[in-house]
Amino acid sequence: MSVDETPQSSVAPSYARLSWLLVPLALLIGALWWLVSSDLLGNFGNGAPPVENLTVERTILDQNGIRLLVRGGGSEPMTIAQVQVDSAYWRFTQDPPGPLERGSVAWISVPFPWVLGEAHSVTFVTNTGATFGHDIPVAVETPQASSLNFVSQGLLGAFVGIVPVVIGLAFFPALRGAGPALMKFLLAMTVGLLVFLLIDTLEDALEFAGRSASIFQGPMMVILAAGASFAFLLSLSRRQGAPSGLALATYIAIGIGLHNLGEGLAIGAAFAAGAAGLGTFLVMGFTLHNITEGIGIAAPLLKIKPSLKHFALLALIAGGPAVIGMWAGSLAYAPHWSALALAIGAGAIAQVVVEISALLARGSKDLSSGLMTKPVLTGTATGLAIMYVTAMLVKI
Amino acid sequence: MSGWPVDLKRRGLMGAGLLAASSALVGAKGALGQGDQVSGHQGHNSAAADTSAHVNAHGEMITVGDVDSANNGFDPTAMLTEWDTGEVSYLPDGRKLRTFQVTAEDKEIEIAPGVKFPAWTFNGRVPGPALRVTEGERVRIVFKNFGSHPHSMHFHGFHAARMDGIPGAGLVAPGEEFTYEFDARPYGCHLYHCHALPLARHIHKGMYGLFVIDPDPARHPEMAEAAKSRLLGTPENARWQEMAMVMNAFDTNFDGENEFYACNTIAHCYAKKPIKVVRSRPVRIYLVNVTEFDPINSFHLHGNFFDYYDQGTTLTPTLKTVDIIMQCQAQRGILEFTFAEQSDHEPGLYMFHAHQSEFTELGWMGMFDVVEALS
Repeated sequence: MSVDETPQSSVAPSYARLSWLLVPLALLIGALWWLVSSDLLGNFGNGAPPVENLTVERTILDQNGIRLLVRGGGSEPMTIAQVQVDSAYWRFTQDPPGPLERGSVAWISVPFPWVLGEAHSVTFVTNTGATFGHDIPVAVETPQASSLNFVSQGLLGAFVGIVPVVIGLAFFPALRGAGPALMKFLLAMTVGLLVFLLIDTLEDALEFAGRSASIFQGPMMVILAAGASFAFLLSLSRRQGAPSGLALATYIAIGIGLHNLGEGLAIGAAFAAGAAGLGTFLVMGFTLHNITEGIGIAAPLLKIKPSLKHFALLALIAGGPAVIGMWAGSLAYAPHWSALALAIGAGAIAQVVVEISALLARGSKDLSSGLMTKPVLTGTATGLAIMYVTAMLVKI
Repeated sequence: MSGWPVDLKRRGLMGAGLLAASSALVGAKGALGQGDQVSGHQGHNSAAADTSAHVNAHGEMITVGDVDSANNGFDPTAMLTEWDTGEVSYLPDGRKLRTFQVTAEDKEIEIAPGVKFPAWTFNGRVPGPALRVTEGERVRIVFKNFGSHPHSMHFHGFHAARMDGIPGAGLVAPGEEFTYEFDARPYGCHLYHCHALPLARHIHKGMYGLFVIDPDPARHPEMAEAAKSRLLGTPENARWQEMAMVMNAFDTNFDGENEFYACNTIAHCYAKKPIKVVRSRPVRIYLVNVTEFDPINSFHLHGNFFDYYDQGTTLTPTLKTVDIIMQCQAQRGILEFTFAEQSDHEPGLYMFHAHQSEFTELGWMGMFDVVEALS
């Protein structure tokens, strides 16, 4: 082997090396062709009708009756042959008409005289006789996208999203002179409340995932999206070392904000679906519950001197998405979008939990001696307890 | 933030007072976009403007589209008057022998517009052929099973144990055949059905039909006129408008509840194509209930009353002047009525249906189109 042979072999025919890619590709094509042409799967066919799947993603009730956005998820295109409302066949129109391709959507309109405040159930009968049910638990006219709604929904979103964060941040001056123990306690309390939110967010995300069309593979989508957002935000925050102070507060705000976005979508969707009997006590409960979020954001700031502008921005980052979620949820909503938003939020919250824990452990010999201290343990427990107890106010 | 009303089923979240309170909280009435929906659903306009009278009579509450009768191989309107009287020959003692050919076949049929059902059929139709004989005749049914499962024909009537059509007595394996033979007795409105096991599945799949034994006037001299009017082929019978109706239903998703109800299989068929009835002639309906999964079915006539002959085994009505009767599974009878006697009976559409509203709304509803003369 001479010395000048080596560069030749590695550099020279790069396209030739590329052409070797064609071999596995050709094999793949050949294998697929064989699969189809030899009807290899034919031996497994037992004459059973194709599996059908139908998911209702949106429900609109108005003067003209009921409109439903359905998504097909069958192994083959499926046909909606008849539509029942409350165990009665009704005329309906489908837009676009014809068989529903796998993953495609269509609007089904039924001129059904629904009754305000009562429950209705819709059943789709396909051409194979399979049925898919959809419940309308309480019939209320679907809000139109009017400017009044836009403003008032925004106001309600701001009330449950921004106001509590601002109130929480207002504890900042009182906590200003905190000693190191109180500091640690407050940061650990933030961890506690974030862990609560993490579990809660994942639970909600999985619930939405369960209601989304099966082709989205809900639970896997939630786990992947949460993991990706966790990894992305962690790598982002670690570009200049572990974050602290304003940077850490910002990340906490982002995590909480994404959580609030998902929840905003949920509330908006509830309005859109007509199940929007949010009582005063609920709104008050949420507000109380969310004040802790503001304290959590304020905790990493106690050692520095942030400006008022910073506080305003943090409140907006953490609470503002609730408003956007309200709008988006009530205008265009499908369960998989809510699941996705909540999953991203869960990832973001997990990232903040890791960062605050790292901050608490900083300067200690090892992780356990940094975290297994009295203020940290009591703080975490306090955070969890506050969230748990205030959540009782709003849990139905 | 936990517990937002993501579970939309929870009625507990509802409450007008709370709703108003939260609206007030954000300082804008109608904050939830629900301020003006009190009369929201009044006055729906017909989306599909079909102006034909029978559609108006039932509004938007009806199946969409039409069933392809040609593809099915049977038409519910034709079924009303299709009687299978078999092939007539004579026994050595001079008695009439009626021979019927019946086959069992697997067949996918369209039971409602666009909805296919994997049926098991007699002679390729559901219900099977309406067999009609006369009291005292010998009946011979050559039954061939071309289906994928064992089947039988169990006749309601007098017959020997060997002819019963239950396992061990005329249950026919796929590809085999069996001949049922018995005397036609008693006269009445009967039925036959497959008695293979599991019973419910075989019946629900479509294996049933009318079996009518007309009274022999010679055997009922005291009621000869009534008997003659029931006997197919007599002038007395010819003035009657006779119809065969089998109340049935289909559970298309196999959950033990029916998705479609009908008379003669096709949901809403007589609503979309009303049955023409000449006003001056009386109407007689041979009605049988083979609805599976529901204990009873019923028949209600609008704008009129009828006489009812339970099981059809009498020549005088068992119920007089009623407008609704109910039948248990396999119960049957004869309904007689006319639109000629009451001055109020103008030509037009007279509805008939099960008076279980649910059955009506799931397809068991039709119309008589009363006319002065057939056009």
